[in-house]
Amino acid sequence: MDIERRNNVTVTGNPRGRTVVLAHGFGCDQNMWRLTVPALADDYRVVLFDYVGSGRSDLSAFSEDRYASLDGYAQDVAEVCEALDLRDAVFVGHSVSAMIGVLAAGMAPERLGALVMVAPSPRYIDDEGYRGGFSAEDIDELLVSLESNYLGWSAAMAPVIMGNADRPELGEELKNSFCATDPDMARVFARTTFLSDSRDDLKAVTVPTLILECTQDVIAPREVGAFVHQTIPGSKLVTLDATGHCPHLSAPEATNEAITDFLARLR
Amino acid sequence: MCRAGQEPGPHDADHDKNDKTPHAAFAALLEDSVEELYENAPCGYLSTLMDGTIAKINTTLLDWLGLEGEAVVGRMRFADLLTVGGKLYHETHFAPLLRMQGEISGVALEIKEVDGGRIPVLVSSVVKHGSSGEPQLIRTTVFDARERRAYEQELLRARKAAEQARKEAEADRTRLQDALAVLQQSLLPSVLAPVPGMEAAAHYRTASPDRLGGDFYDLFPINADRFAFFLGDVCGKGPQAAAVTSLTRYTLRAAAVHDPDPVSALTTLNQVLHERYTGDDPRYCTTIFGTLDPDPTTGQVTVRLASGGHPPALVLRGNGKAEFLPTPGGLLVGVLPAAAFSATTTVLDPGDTLVLYTDGLTEARTSGDRTALYGEEALLEFAAGHAGRPARHVIQAFTGLLDGFGDGLDDDTALLALGVPARTPRTEAPA
Repeated sequence: MDIERRNNVTVTGNPRGRTVVLAHGFGCDQNMWRLTVPALADDYRVVLFDYVGSGRSDLSAFSEDRYASLDGYAQDVAEVCEALDLRDAVFVGHSVSAMIGVLAAGMAPERLGALVMVAPSPRYIDDEGYRGGFSAEDIDELLVSLESNYLGWSAAMAPVIMGNADRPELGEELKNSFCATDPDMARVFARTTFLSDSRDDLKAVTVPTLILECTQDVIAPREVGAFVHQTIPGSKLVTLDATGHCPHLSAPEATNEAITDFLARLR
Repeated sequence: MCRAGQEPGPHDADHDKNDKTPHAAFAALLEDSVEELYENAPCGYLSTLMDGTIAKINTTLLDWLGLEGEAVVGRMRFADLLTVGGKLYHETHFAPLLRMQGEISGVALEIKEVDGGRIPVLVSSVVKHGSSGEPQLIRTTVFDARERRAYEQELLRARKAAEQARKEAEADRTRLQDALAVLQQSLLPSVLAPVPGMEAAAHYRTASPDRLGGDFYDLFPINADRFAFFLGDVCGKGPQAAAVTSLTRYTLRAAAVHDPDPVSALTTLNQVLHERYTGDDPRYCTTIFGTLDPDPTTGQVTVRLASGGHPPALVLRGNGKAEFLPTPGGLLVGVLPAAAFSATTTVLDPGDTLVLYTDGLTEARTSGDRTALYGEEALLEFAAGHAGRPARHVIQAFTGLLDGFGDGLDDDTALLALGVPARTPRTEAPA
């Protein structure tokens, strides 16, 4: 199988620099890193990709079984790393991708040598002695929101979103296209993401790790950032003066600075 | 009335008489107050800072929420007005898209009323940029979508029901295909009886997994020294054809035990089919039936066969030649009360292979436009290319040929190859 095509892999930046893999979270696709890539491109080789079921990935490769657990997504990462034969790359994961990166680093330790976790959460649903920020009912409500909003996704438009050249009549760039997902696949990703519990996996992280959190983030509250920081031995926590769950979009300068600062100190 | 232009309307003559301009008439309707228009518009308005903090909100929206302006402005963010699920959606889809596109429209969300109720709304936002292009604030309109949501729920319900029905239909189809596959297998021998000094191989290709095919074949012992084989094609497809196939197989096997003479076996089958399928449901088949008499001393095998309207058997000789084994005059089996069948005999030397096939092979549609048929001439040429090869290799080659036809293969195809292995040179050292 052509993994690079399956995951719509893009390689850019400085071919002689250390490789940085940017992994999008639940919701959209690699375009989310649009404001991050320019800050890295001079010194680092930048790898972008879409998880199967998101963006312009090969939707025919989607399997509900495989992607019903974060391991399935981590396998995507491990396979992309293998296809590009990456060694000691830095994995930057947003939101759920931060946890996927933890799992992928366990699967392919020689390929991923450091982690940057942007607004991570190892568990979204509250538990005894742990505040994730959500109840199980809240997650059901999100699934309803997903069903009500296809954001321009439709079976007819899917070939365009997929970048299929066979239908030039649908050639214009679609609004919302990079957040438009097959609703069935989005539902699987949402379930897998928001019902996951990866707290135990954090302890196994041995690589240098940077955690970025925002001052106000409804999806990953400050307590969660502190939990991740305490659980990963030797990790570094940076609280960005940013609101929302996407600091790489809402506060790109501060986010980029924190990432490049961390990268520069890696040896 | 919302006429905005300066064109005189039908009643303007009266206005002139009363010294009133159209503007004055509109002013009388109090629609000159922008503030009033904003506050009491039939949709909610709000403006937020880039971090979502609400800077301005209209009365309509405050009324829907059941909140006072002081409790909201500067104190709440837009996402705070949403349900928790809506917040998640806002953070993962709405906010990123708005950041990157500068606008987003028609997103379905729910806002929370102060008393706990929810109002489904459609939200559109645009980012207002400053003179140097930096994003300054977000302007948002909120439309009451209660009626629309009810309608959408109906559509979603219908879609889910249709999806469920489709899944069930697919499961039914799979079950049917599985059952048909089992039934189809039951019409074919599970193994070909081993014939001393011979090698046999067969292949069955179903044109459609939804339909039972009508082709059949078999190879079985009559006694210790003699074997019988047949291969044929029942007219039609589906369960009725399968019933004829079943009757045909068992009749031929029983007939062969009673009298293995090929003409005699086909005559018995003809009687049975004709008797069973008379009247308004005539059923018939084409078939070749034959016997094998291996001679252990010479390694030769004598083949006696008869045909009832079936395409001629092929013989692939060990010397690289291929020929048809004509059986002229044989009639379709089951059509006439007394049918004549013609027999022929050939001897297979070591290296020779007899190949039987059904017309699915010769009538496969070839060429770009799929109109030409493959035909016997092309088949003979193809067969010659594989003459001298063992039976299983011949079947492999023919299977590859079928693969090559792709969707040009309309009908089921049965293949049976009966070969006498070439003598291995004695010069080889024993293993």
